[in-house]
Amino acid sequence: MAAPFVLVVLAAVTVRAALYRSSLANFIAERVEVASPLNAWKRVVEGLALLDLGVSPYSGDIFHETPLIIYLFHFLIEYAELVFMITDVLTAVALYLAIQDFNKVVFKKQKLLIELDKYAPDVAELIQTPMEMHYIPLKVALFYLLNPYTVMSCVAKSTCAINNSVIAFFILATIKGSAFLSAVFLALATYQSLYPLTLFAPALLYLLQRQFIPIKLKSKSFWLYTMQYASLYLCSLVVIICLSFFLLNSWDFIPSVYGFILSVPDLTPNIGLFWYFFAEMFEHFSLFFVCVFQINVFFYTIPLAIKLKEHPMFFMFVQLAIISIFKSYPTVGDIALYMAFLPVWSHLYRFLRNIFILSCVLIFCSFLFPVLWHLWIYAGSANSNFYYAITLTFNIGQILLVSDYFYAFLRREYYLTHGLHLTRQDGTEAMLVLK
Amino acid sequence: GRMAAAVLLLLQLLLAAGPAPGRADAGQERRDALREELLLSPLPTGDVAATFQFRTRWDADLQRGAVSHYRLFPKALGRLVAALGVRELHLALTQGFWRTRYWGQPPLQAPAGAELWVWFQPTVTDVDKAWKELSNILSGIFCASLNFIDSTNTVIPTASFKPLGLANGTDHHLLRYAVLPREVVCTENLTPWKKLLPCGSKAGLAVLLKAERLFHSSYHSQAVHIRPICRDASCLAMSWELRQTLTVVFDFFSSGQGKKDWSLFKMFSRTLTDTCPLASQSKVYVDISPKNKEKELLEVSPPPTSVHEAVVQGEKKTYAVYDLLSPSLFNTSRSLNVQLKWKRPQDSSEMPIPTLHAQRYVAGYGLQTGQICTLIYNTHPYRAFPVILLETVPWYLRLYVHTLTIITKGKENKPSYIHYQPAQDRRRPHLLEMLIQLPANSVTKITIQFERALLKWTEYPPDPNHGFYVGSSVLSALVPSVTAMKDTDVEQSPLFTSLFPSSDGSSYFVRLYTEPLLVNLPTPDFSMPYNVICLTCTVVAVCYGSFYNLLTRTFHVEEPSRGGLAKRLANIIRKFRGVPPL
Repeated sequence: MAAPFVLVVLAAVTVRAALYRSSLANFIAERVEVASPLNAWKRVVEGLALLDLGVSPYSGDIFHETPLIIYLFHFLIEYAELVFMITDVLTAVALYLAIQDFNKVVFKKQKLLIELDKYAPDVAELIQTPMEMHYIPLKVALFYLLNPYTVMSCVAKSTCAINNSVIAFFILATIKGSAFLSAVFLALATYQSLYPLTLFAPALLYLLQRQFIPIKLKSKSFWLYTMQYASLYLCSLVVIICLSFFLLNSWDFIPSVYGFILSVPDLTPNIGLFWYFFAEMFEHFSLFFVCVFQINVFFYTIPLAIKLKEHPMFFMFVQLAIISIFKSYPTVGDIALYMAFLPVWSHLYRFLRNIFILSCVLIFCSFLFPVLWHLWIYAGSANSNFYYAITLTFNIGQILLVSDYFYAFLRREYYLTHGLHLTRQDGTEAMLVLK
Repeated sequence: GRMAAAVLLLLQLLLAAGPAPGRADAGQERRDALREELLLSPLPTGDVAATFQFRTRWDADLQRGAVSHYRLFPKALGRLVAALGVRELHLALTQGFWRTRYWGQPPLQAPAGAELWVWFQPTVTDVDKAWKELSNILSGIFCASLNFIDSTNTVIPTASFKPLGLANGTDHHLLRYAVLPREVVCTENLTPWKKLLPCGSKAGLAVLLKAERLFHSSYHSQAVHIRPICRDASCLAMSWELRQTLTVVFDFFSSGQGKKDWSLFKMFSRTLTDTCPLASQSKVYVDISPKNKEKELLEVSPPPTSVHEAVVQGEKKTYAVYDLLSPSLFNTSRSLNVQLKWKRPQDSSEMPIPTLHAQRYVAGYGLQTGQICTLIYNTHPYRAFPVILLETVPWYLRLYVHTLTIITKGKENKPSYIHYQPAQDRRRPHLLEMLIQLPANSVTKITIQFERALLKWTEYPPDPNHGFYVGSSVLSALVPSVTAMKDTDVEQSPLFTSLFPSSDGSSYFVRLYTEPLLVNLPTPDFSMPYNVICLTCTVVAVCYGSFYNLLTRTFHVEEPSRGGLAKRLANIIRKFRGVPPL
């Protein structure tokens, strides 16, 4: 398995290197779908230039990266392209190893449930076999590295790639069962973009499952482990924030980074829903809707945790997707991360209802984004509504994709426990409805 | 002998008993004096520039003690200075643009729109509050929308705009500078400005200020400057100086009707009839300097009362002077109509190029990014000199200072001092100040890239596709003089030579402004707020609905239902038709 993986990595690196040297690099770096005010490379360079001028990068409203990024790129600015390529490769490696381990866990759990007779007798075709699961880690790495979204994000040198890498390592640490490393990487991811805070729940559920601790509210060991994990996470977060204070000896970065993410003052168009909504919002309701939209991201965690407590990895996938769709400044790099997980659920394909239409919607919208941007901004023959419409359609496509996978997952679980061929009381073929 | 000594003693006693400076005595009259002058200078392109200056000097201390008796100094401005702790105030309202390249160095330039810069006294504790109050009060006095001056267009320059009057210690936190490029100047700004003059517009030079002619011009700039100055050469006491200046450039083609001969009546549709009785000096200067050391180009009539030579802006110039207070001027006729005739046609190759001039424009296409380019020309053949450039860019044009490039003669030119304050969204603008050395006979190109922001729909002005104005950038420089200036008494020299303090005669101070810029920003659709809110909330609701269904409902095998009312009705109809039931 190592050889095909190395081939994939080489191909990915070649594509990126070729694009870096071409004239497309500048064009891609300017695209608003790829670079947002939070993670554009232009702004990192600007922040470092301000630091050279003796002005704090956080004194203006240009730079919204964390101080650790300043630390990192202060020394590595010359090798930026190499850094981003290595980051992508590391993410792919982390995902590969994580999914490899996850497959083993899935297989073990399946075997256990079969032995415990939890499955219905006629579901043999639904059970995952090692044969079909063999190539999934490679497919995951392939989906991530050769996804056009990832390639564009890397060529634009968007720091979203670094965030994706940290989240990938967090997933690897969680699957391997190391609570400490998992907490540290989660703290780093939260520190950089705040929304990975919601990934605390699936990680906790996975680690509890791995330790065979039952998830009951009255159980003492449950609370003990939760407290341990939570305190590891919070302590690492506090340590990282204090380290950032000592870079510039000020707390200025907190309103600049977290205040910016939460209050959305910059309305630069992107592929998300926030920009046009707040550009057209009545001033009176602005604060209310900012709160509503931010709560919307964090809001699905508890219900999903209750429903998917036996399946924390799927919960992680759905949570990542919700973050990528509803965060305040999404880019295609965030989408690339959750799309990398789709091969893991490839066994759900037979239960997906709208996959063809949704993939068409996503592909067409991805092509229409630059066209309508050009028509609005450069040609002047369209207006902002055109770009906004594509934003809406793209987000609906993503939402329906995720809910389709969720539906398929739940349906497969039902079939596993109740059998594939359902009959009604009178013996005729039965339909399954969601009631 | 003894008589003379006695008279001398008496005189000395009288002088000694005169008002001592600093004694706040309610009954004492503070000495104030008004000087007015008009400078007519024909410009190289055939236009003519007229600069009025009305200067009231008041030997009083507005800061200490309550001054209640105002004579020549306007009460509105005096109380303003006293109440808000103003040390220097400079307000200019301008319409049009002074084309330095073709018209030469301006005597006193102002940027298009409204410009206000103020130095406050060190005793003022909350400078921002005082600044806000000051702009609101001035807005009322001059009927201009200066109340739009707020933190989003105010900056604190560190190197430009040093005080023009007396100053001890220059903490730049006491300085505020704001420019409103969109401000329009019209008659209702001129009227209150004229009302501040001691004689109003009824006598003296101010009778020429008729709005219908003044605004029919290429350039109209009216300004108010208040500053403390030395009372005399020893500078032991302080006086307050109020200068009201009005510069107007009459267009050769539209006003002159093709003929290049000018007269006061042609320019202002009025002539001078009498002097202002309150003025201690009232003069008209006409610039008749010969070009290239040849015979004069101009002939003035009626013959001037005297001819004055001065070194102005580094060059020797000759002026024909009409002293309105001399009795011989109004002897023959009750009105004075100064006429200028060109003796020989002006050669276009004679147009002198000013030593320092600049140009600014926006480059780039589309509504996403752009570039501000400034070109500064130093046409002096062998002298290099530094220039301070001050740029104020509104926050919605996001400047990237790492793209700042300064190129002179093909090589990079690093500024020796650079002060950059980045903008904060909706709170303060960008401030960029640089000290750039201009080599002799060179063009320096300064470029900086910016990104255009999308604003909230309520933040666009009416007619958003007109664009947004970026205020002029300010260039301050000490330009080397051609002729060294002699140190003359400020009180004796004409007013137009004494606005800027000159430390030595080898260079003169000049402040230039570049063009204001008009930049378009991407606009949202203003008719769509309700639609956008509904559609976006629909998308969020789609997600919420799908997830709600999946989270709260479970799969069930479908139970056969007896059918609802509609099915039963349909079956009854089918029975009548003889068709099998559903």
